[in-house]
Amino acid sequence: MWVLAILMFFSLLVAIVFLAAFIWAVRSGQYDDKYTPALRILLDDEVSDEEEGSRKEVVRSR
Amino acid sequence: MDTILSTELKCYHCGDDCTGSNVVLGEKVFCCNGCKTVYEILEKNNLIRYYSLTEAPGVSQRKAQMKNKFGYLDDPQMSRSLVDFTDGRVSSVRFSIPSVHCSSCIWLLENLYKFNPGILSSRVNFPEKEVELKYNESILSLREVAELLSRIGYEPEINLSSTEGGKKKTYSKSLYYKTGIAGFCFANIMLLSFPEYLSLVNNVDALLKSVFIYITLVLSLPVFFYCSSGYFSSAIQGLRKKVINIDFPVSIGILTLFGRSTYEIVFLSAQGYMDSLSGLVFFLLLGRMFQEKTYGLLSFERDYKSYFPAYAVIKTGGLETPVPLSGLKEGDRIIIRNEELVPADSVLIKGSASIDYSFVSGESLPIEAVEGDLIYAGGRQKGTAIELEVIKRTSQSYITRLWNNSDFIKPEENRILTFSSVAGKYFTASVLLIALLSAIYWLKFGSTQQALNVFTSVLIVACPCGLALSAPFTLGNTLRIFGRNKFYLKNAAAVEKLSRINHVVLDKTGTLTRLSEKNIRFFGMELQECDRKVIKAVTHNSMHPLSRLILSMMRDTELIDAEEFKEYPGGGLEGVADGKTVRLGSVSFVLGSDSGVHQGGSSSVYVSINDEIKGYFRAESIYREGIRELAHCLRNYNVSLLSGDYDGEKDRLRDLLGSRVKLFFRQSPLDKLNYVKKLQEQKNLVLMVGDGLNDAGALFKSEVGIAVSEGSVNFSPACEAILEAQELRGLGDFLKFSKTSMKIIYVNLIVSVLYNFAGISFAVENSLTPIVSAILMPLSSITVVAIATLSTSLMAKIRGLN
Repeated sequence: MWVLAILMFFSLLVAIVFLAAFIWAVRSGQYDDKYTPALRILLDDEVSDEEEGSRKEVVRSR
Repeated sequence: MDTILSTELKCYHCGDDCTGSNVVLGEKVFCCNGCKTVYEILEKNNLIRYYSLTEAPGVSQRKAQMKNKFGYLDDPQMSRSLVDFTDGRVSSVRFSIPSVHCSSCIWLLENLYKFNPGILSSRVNFPEKEVELKYNESILSLREVAELLSRIGYEPEINLSSTEGGKKKTYSKSLYYKTGIAGFCFANIMLLSFPEYLSLVNNVDALLKSVFIYITLVLSLPVFFYCSSGYFSSAIQGLRKKVINIDFPVSIGILTLFGRSTYEIVFLSAQGYMDSLSGLVFFLLLGRMFQEKTYGLLSFERDYKSYFPAYAVIKTGGLETPVPLSGLKEGDRIIIRNEELVPADSVLIKGSASIDYSFVSGESLPIEAVEGDLIYAGGRQKGTAIELEVIKRTSQSYITRLWNNSDFIKPEENRILTFSSVAGKYFTASVLLIALLSAIYWLKFGSTQQALNVFTSVLIVACPCGLALSAPFTLGNTLRIFGRNKFYLKNAAAVEKLSRINHVVLDKTGTLTRLSEKNIRFFGMELQECDRKVIKAVTHNSMHPLSRLILSMMRDTELIDAEEFKEYPGGGLEGVADGKTVRLGSVSFVLGSDSGVHQGGSSSVYVSINDEIKGYFRAESIYREGIRELAHCLRNYNVSLLSGDYDGEKDRLRDLLGSRVKLFFRQSPLDKLNYVKKLQEQKNLVLMVGDGLNDAGALFKSEVGIAVSEGSVNFSPACEAILEAQELRGLGDFLKFSKTSMKIIYVNLIVSVLYNFAGISFAVENSLTPIVSAILMPLSSITVVAIATLSTSLMAKIRGLN
C-alpha cells in the first residue's frame, strides 16, 4: 500500500513543477498582453519576393 | 485643383481619398508629401513589406507635425522621467503610440532596428497601443528615438501624465497567482480525498490515511493564508466602515471551514472539509477573474494631465527653452506652433491665432483671436506660430480649475449600495440566527460537541457562494456583451449602477451632434447665380474652415478667378471678382462695429456685395442619427439637455427630443457640474452623457458618466463608460439590458437560497459529512455560474445585442 504514498509524492511533484511553470509565465509578463503574440506569429520575418509570389499562386489555385 | 476628377483614388500609404492630388511616385499616388516621405523612408530601408500585410496601413501625414517637436527630450530631467530603466548604455522606454491600428503597424514597429543600429529591440503591446523600446544610448538619444518614430508616421504621445508617474498598471498579477495556486491545491486535495469519497478508507491502514489528510492540510495552507486573503481584507474594510458586505459571510464560511477541518484533522484524524474550502476559493477567484475585463487602450481615469503636453517652449530674449509645464508661471512668454496646445490661460502677444476649442467647449470651428485677446488653456492653434504671455498657471486655468473643485478632491461616496452588499447583510443575519438556534437546540438535547458541530456545519454550508458568484459572472458577462456592442464599461459595478439610474443628462455639442462636421445654410435674400459665382471666387482663396464650408455649398457654381483678394485675420475676407466687391466675415467686419445687429454666435458669416448686405451663412451642427429613437427609448427617464451653446437650435432640439426634455443653454463646465449636483441632492441617480473636457466635471460627479467618443483613440475624460458615437441610439437598450442583468442576479439568489435550504437541513440534523459538502457546494456554484452566463447571453441574443 505504501506504493500509493510514493505515487502520491511523485504526482504532487509533477503538479508543483506545472504550478511553478505557471507562476514563471505570469511573472515573466506572458499574461500582460494576451493579444499581440497571436498577431505576431502571423508575421514572417523575411520573405523574398519569389516566395511571396509562389504563395499567392497557392492561394489562387485553391 | 478641381480639374482632375477621378473616382476612388486612394493614398497608397494611408488609404485616404486623394482625388486631385499630384503627389505621385511611379504608379503610386499619395494624399500628401508626408505620406510619400514615409513611403520613401520605408523603401530605402527595405521595409516595403509593410504595404503587403494590410492595404494602405499608414497613418495620414496631412497633419504632420513640425520639426524640433521633441527638443525637450534632450533635457536630462525630462528623459529621466520617461525612461523606465537605464544602465548608462542600454535604456528602455515605453511610448504610447495612439496611431497603432493593424498588423502592419506591429510588423514595422518591431522592425525598427533596421532603421538604426541604435535600436536594440522593440516590442508592441497592441491592445495598450504601446511600444517598448530598448536602445543604445551612445548611438541614439531619446529624442532621436521619438523623432524616428514620428518620421515613419508613429508619433509617440507624450503628455503631462506620462511624466508625472502616471504609468501605474491597474492589472494585477496577484489574481493570476491566487487563482493558479487555488486551482492547484483544489485539484490535488480532491485527488487525495478520493479514497474517502469511495469509502475505501477501511482498506487503507491508518498511518497512510493520516499521511493523506496531513498533505491536504499542508495544501490548504496557501489557499487559506494567501488565496483568500482578499476576502478577509475586504470584509474587515467593510466592518471598519460599519458595513457588512458580501465578503463578510464568505469570510466566515472560509474561516469556519478551515478552523473545523484543521481541528478534525489534528485531533480526530478525520477527513475535514479542505476539498470544499479550496473548491470554494477557486470558484470565487475564477469569478473575480471573469469580472475583471479590462479594455487596455481605453482609460477611464484621465484628467486634463493626459491632454496637456509635458513641456512648453518659453521665449526669453532671443532664446527658446523648453520648461516642464509645472514650471510655467505667470508672465512667461511662450511660443505655440501649428497644431500645438495652449497650456495655460494667456494673452496673445504676437501673431494671428485661430484657436480650435473643440475639447474645451465642444465647438468645432476655430475661433479667431487678435493681439491682446485672451486665449484659454486647452485650445489648439491652427496656423502659424504665435507668441503668448501666460496669465494663469496651468493648474489654475479656466478649464483645469474644474479639477481643483472640491468635488474632485473629496473621495467619492458610494451612493448606490450594491445588491450583493444589501443581500449579504440579511443573509449573514439569518444564517447566524439559524446557526445559533440549532446550536441551542443541540445543547439541550445533545452534547456540546454535537452543538458545536451543528453550529459550524450551518456556517459552512450556508456560505453564500451562490450569491458571491452570481454577481461577478452575470455582471462580467454583461460587460463583455456591452463591449462587443461598442459600449465599454469601466468595471462590473457600473452595470449595476446603470440599472438604477432615473435621470439622464445629455450634452449637446459632440454628444448629440457630430464633432467635426457641420452643415452650412444661408439666411437672407435669395442668392443669384452671379452672386454665388463671385462668392465662390473669393472664398476659394481662403483656407479658413468657414470658407471651405461655404465653398462646399457651391459645388455646382462655375469657378471664376478673383481679381483681388485680401484676408483679415479675426475679421473676414475682401475680394473683387467679376467687377464686384465682396466682403465676407463677422458682423462687425461686414456691417461695421456699430451696426447693432445681434452677433448670433461665432459661426455666422455675413455677406455683402458692392456694399449691399445679402444676408448671412450659418454653420449648423449635424445631429447624429437616431436621436429621435434615443429620445423615445429614454421616455421612462427624466431627461435634461445641457448645452454650452446659444439657444439658436432650441426649436430643432424640441422637435428631436420631445417636449418633456428640459433644455438649458449657455452652460459653463461648472454649471454642468452644479446641475448634476443639484439633481443628486434631490435624490436622483444621474447618468451623464458627454464628451469633452467641458463635461468632465459632470461626468465625474454623476453616478454613471458616459463619454461619447468618435473612434476609440479620442481623448475622453474620467468616466464610468465609453460609448462609441454611432451606438448612441442604442443607449436605451443598454439601460434596459442592465436591468435585465440585475433580474438574473435576483433569480440566482433564489436558486442559491434553495441550495442553502437543502444544505442547512443536513447541517441542523448534524448529518453534514465531508462528502455531502464536497458535492453540494461545487454543485450550487456550477448551477449559479451556468444560469448567470447562459441567461445573460441568451437575453442579449433575444434583445438583438451581439
